[in-house]
Amino acid sequence: MDIATQSIDGGFAEPVFNAQAVFRAIMNAMARPGTVQPLPQLARPPAPLSATAGAVALSLCDNDTPVWLDPPLQAEAPVKAWLGFHTGAPLANTPADAHFALIANPKEMAALDGFAQGTQEYPDRSTTLILLVSDLVSGPSLLLEGPGIEKTSMIAPPGMPRHFVEQWKQNNQRFPRGVDLILAAPGSLACLPRTTRIKTMEA
Amino acid sequence: MTAQPTGIATYNFAYLDDQTKRMIRRAILKGIAIPGYQVPFASREMPMPYGWGTGGVQVTASIIGPDDVLKVIDQGADDTTNAVSIRAFFKKVAKVAVTTETAKATIIQSRHRIPEHPLTAAQVLVFQVPIPEPLRFLEPRETETRKMHALEEYGLMHVKLYEDIARHGRIATTYAYPVKVEGRYVMDPSPTPKFDNPKMHCSPALQLFGAGREKRIYAVPPFTDVVSLDFEDHPFEVQTFDQPCALCGAENVYLDEVILDDHGGHMFVCSDTDHCEKRRGDSTSPSWGGRAEGAGGSGLATTPATSTPALRADPPHEGEGKEAE
Repeated sequence: MDIATQSIDGGFAEPVFNAQAVFRAIMNAMARPGTVQPLPQLARPPAPLSATAGAVALSLCDNDTPVWLDPPLQAEAPVKAWLGFHTGAPLANTPADAHFALIANPKEMAALDGFAQGTQEYPDRSTTLILLVSDLVSGPSLLLEGPGIEKTSMIAPPGMPRHFVEQWKQNNQRFPRGVDLILAAPGSLACLPRTTRIKTMEA
Repeated sequence: MTAQPTGIATYNFAYLDDQTKRMIRRAILKGIAIPGYQVPFASREMPMPYGWGTGGVQVTASIIGPDDVLKVIDQGADDTTNAVSIRAFFKKVAKVAVTTETAKATIIQSRHRIPEHPLTAAQVLVFQVPIPEPLRFLEPRETETRKMHALEEYGLMHVKLYEDIARHGRIATTYAYPVKVEGRYVMDPSPTPKFDNPKMHCSPALQLFGAGREKRIYAVPPFTDVVSLDFEDHPFEVQTFDQPCALCGAENVYLDEVILDDHGGHMFVCSDTDHCEKRRGDSTSPSWGGRAEGAGGSGLATTPATSTPALRADPPHEGEGKEAE
């Protein structure tokens, strides 16, 4: 398939309703950290961008939101063309300029504090990271607490960034500044807003 | 072209265009991630004037889907102008199901009340907010209030509450009573009576706040600490009423005063009309003797003027009609 076809195919079939469905899943996930929100396959982006991450990008990104791609995505011309065609989002030169960052390989990703953290006056001017994970159950368990969680909740995404728990603690300490994570797994997603604390991690 | 003529162009689903919805959706997500922080957003002109709930309408329009069931209340009532017109608006532009029953709604847009019926995790409460900045009447400059939030400098608010005590002997703020969210941001709960503040604390439902004229969106996620500001020796208290609702006999609910005639006759009835109707329709609820006769199940057909047993000429209720402004 040539790059032109790849970049045009695979958008939302019903842009208005699909974007709404994806947003509600993200909103519920962000409001209830650690809950896994099911999401049917609504977008078919070129690899290595996953269907879930592609759908999240389509529902949130547009020409107002510079997007940063990690090196594996950056290397794929069809991914850039697909995002460009469907969202019109400009590509950010550095992580610190990005409103959204798409991370295909979280294990090797740059440190969380390299992304936009917002300012003390405008903590909303921060990067939302969309991490592609293979699932949300097979990795080391993360016990979560914080706003949106009644007592505790549990999530276990595999292949998270190096020293993730330590990095996340630092992210908590920057509050109200900090980054928010959307974990995009096949057929589902979960979120870790900056308020969520990781209590302990099982081995 | 063989395409069928589509007739006149119609609005996008839920009125707003999708780029606007994306912008509002991004603001909502940031609001949820930073509980109590007011996220600036590019508020649009809506087909209703500012002050009629343009902020709440934009939030609702951005989250609503075809499967949602919408309830709109204005001071607890489903049948007042603002509630009726917003409900009709979404019925027209989004073709969604609407209801007046709290338990059946998935999205409840509210002007200044939280329903008496407990909310669930499947529901989203959307508030229409006139002045989102709790510090605005203490410090008119946005640059300064923003800095005060940034530095978590809320002494001025405590001074204001203290001055209430110095002047009135108690904290006289009865609505828009400031709260602290998750121990960080002081937030205006919108001009809800302070009676509703405890319902915001650790609510199972997501609470979103939209201020259209002031262009701010903020949020309180479920199960989040929402603490009303107070002092050790003047703890926060909600309003109490010494009579139950004159129509349904409900106690521990927020009551509105209804003036009945020119001679001081008045009665106190539930502000939440759905709650009141439900109780009057339900024969098992401990209705208030024979006072609610003829009201059962007929909804709003009961006109206060005809329910003479409820006529009263009591003095106005302590705590009523005294506002902080």
